[in-house]
Amino acid sequence: MVRYHGAHGPISLEKRPKTVPIPPPGKAPMRLTATELACRRGGRDVFSGVSFTVGSGEALTITGRNGAGKSSLLRLVAGFIRPCSGRLSFEGGDPELSLGEQAHYLGHQDAVKPSLSVAENLQFWAAFLDAELGAGADKVAEALEAFGLGEISALPAAYLSAGQRRRLSIARLVAVKRPIWLLDEPTSTLDATAQDRLSGIMGAHLAEGGLVLAATHAPLGLAGARELRLGELNPRSASAALSAGEEKP
Amino acid sequence: MKALAMTLTDLANPSRFLRVADAAMPWLAGATALVFAYALMRAMLAPDDYQQGATVKIMFLHVPSAWLGMLCWGLMTVAALGTLVWRHPLADVTAKAAAPIGAAFTLLCLITGSLWGRPEWGTYWVWDARLTSELLLFLLYLGVIAVWRTVEDASRAARAVAILTLVGAIDLPIIKFSVDWWNTLHQGASVFRLGGSTIDRTILIPLFAMTVAFTLLFVTLLLAAMRNEILRRRVRTLHLMKASAAS
Amino acid sequence: MTPLTALLVRDMRIAVRVGGGALMGVLFFLVVVTLTPFAVGPDLVLLKRIGPAILWLAALLASLLALDRLFAGDHEDGSLDLILTGRAPLELVVAVKGVAHWLTTALPLVVAAPLLGLFLNLDAPAQAGLMLTLLIGTPALTFIGLIGAAIAATLRRGGLLLAIIVLPLTVPVLIFGVAAANAAVSGPVPFGTPFTVECALTLASLVIGPFAAAAALRLEME
Repeated sequence: MVRYHGAHGPISLEKRPKTVPIPPPGKAPMRLTATELACRRGGRDVFSGVSFTVGSGEALTITGRNGAGKSSLLRLVAGFIRPCSGRLSFEGGDPELSLGEQAHYLGHQDAVKPSLSVAENLQFWAAFLDAELGAGADKVAEALEAFGLGEISALPAAYLSAGQRRRLSIARLVAVKRPIWLLDEPTSTLDATAQDRLSGIMGAHLAEGGLVLAATHAPLGLAGARELRLGELNPRSASAALSAGEEKP
Repeated sequence: MKALAMTLTDLANPSRFLRVADAAMPWLAGATALVFAYALMRAMLAPDDYQQGATVKIMFLHVPSAWLGMLCWGLMTVAALGTLVWRHPLADVTAKAAAPIGAAFTLLCLITGSLWGRPEWGTYWVWDARLTSELLLFLLYLGVIAVWRTVEDASRAARAVAILTLVGAIDLPIIKFSVDWWNTLHQGASVFRLGGSTIDRTILIPLFAMTVAFTLLFVTLLLAAMRNEILRRRVRTLHLMKASAAS
Repeated sequence: MTPLTALLVRDMRIAVRVGGGALMGVLFFLVVVTLTPFAVGPDLVLLKRIGPAILWLAALLASLLALDRLFAGDHEDGSLDLILTGRAPLELVVAVKGVAHWLTTALPLVVAAPLLGLFLNLDAPAQAGLMLTLLIGTPALTFIGLIGAAIAATLRRGGLLLAIIVLPLTVPVLIFGVAAANAAVSGPVPFGTPFTVECALTLASLVIGPFAAAAALRLEME
């Protein structure tokens, strides 16, 4: 159950309902459950014994020092690497699709091709990732506008700064609808305005019943997000400490 | 010489160059058309060869395009020195604009020569010294164009191309003297020889007229291409400014 | 636009806009053909005899050129991760990238081959046979090359490794392609015999290539 607390200061530009989000009629609430996940990369135990649950409208921030396995955990949930042990399940989603196919993955890199224009980059991902084909050019234009890239949408992406590329990458989350968002350091290279925009869209996504898992060093402005700390208890074979409830001030 | 040096420094400013080029273009284009008309008329009137018949008139295309192909590389060599030694601002623009034009003239020379060789020698191509060195010149042009298109940064590309151009310039004397140094199928030098030309005036005059026409065509195309390149760079700068202004 | 069509269009756009575009392969092809008479001598009769073989070798090497960036580019900027979250099967994605590579790199070679055949003194039946065998054989070269490209995707100096892996696998295609091209000119074997085998090799590579390459890519993500 999600507990919302009082004002933590200005966090988003959009208003969010201060009630438990009700899933749209006809759709069962979704639940992502991880049980005792363990991961080995390059002969080294990255983490073990990680368990958590995230439901519709809930957010989970994954924290820990560098090398604790935050990125690996997200990649594992996305399906790029297989866990050595443990289980991952997702209820309430589309049974025909794998977990990764119902998730947006925002990694360290931006997946922006410099030889294509800004609009062409986003149009490609919208066409490639979208289930309802032809969701369309207007969604792409809207997403670009929402992140301040509308004016330069015809320019080659080679001219973009790092922050603008990151925003283009994030615009993908808005242009194509997917229930699970897996975000790895989403605020890196973003300035304050862009970070606010990001908080806004995350809030809107949660309000619609989506799930957010975000690995981050910085606060994301999500009230009521639970925190999963990797690498706290046992330094050699890192395991997780799950804290339910409010974010630490 | 001093007047020429003064003109070059005057035109170093791209905006002034654009103004001069815009003013000169119509005159150059007109002159090109007129000289071509005259030269083609003289070429039509020139006598047929007693052996080859009318096919000999391909010479009026083949020879000038060969000369222009080499002249263009010579111009690019001067531009290369301009980039590396004197650091003239328009040197790399000249080099970049000239390369495709020179390649086109060289290709025209190869094609017309090939078509001329088929009835003459019985083959479209033979690997003799002159044809091979001309083909190498064509490949050098293509290589330079490839560097312009592949290297992103224009000033780095300019320096790389300048070095390539200077090295490639060694092909020009090879082409010129190949018919003397090696046993070739291609005929020997008949115009620019130590003993004076061996060609009759009725053919020499149309040949020179066509050469002048081709040269005017080259200058017209070069100025147009340089103008395009300057404008292209300005557009790129504007794009960069727009991208950094958008927040 | 369906996901795979969008991928095809994107890959073709990138291939045409980056690194000199589609004509670099043709330029390389031309350079290799030009080098041949310097190596074997300008005897036109000899060049006519070995012409199809030289053109096949040059086409093979030129096709390999763009292959090493095929998956490496997507791996380096994170596009490969996102492609895995798409709903199209990875095998089809790989096949579509192979088609884009063939259209932008190999097809211009096939078109340029008759022109280069003139340099090697090939006559009309030889040109026709050569063009047809290249048209059928170059997809096999591309799709076998996909396997090497996938294996070399995560490596830095992947280009040489890719050549070492791929070239031996393309030997059957080379044998039957050149045999068919030569059979078009001189007897005793009729053109159809090696040509049919070449068609079979291409069809097999169209299937094996994507599956092997997709498996290699998945293993590399681990």
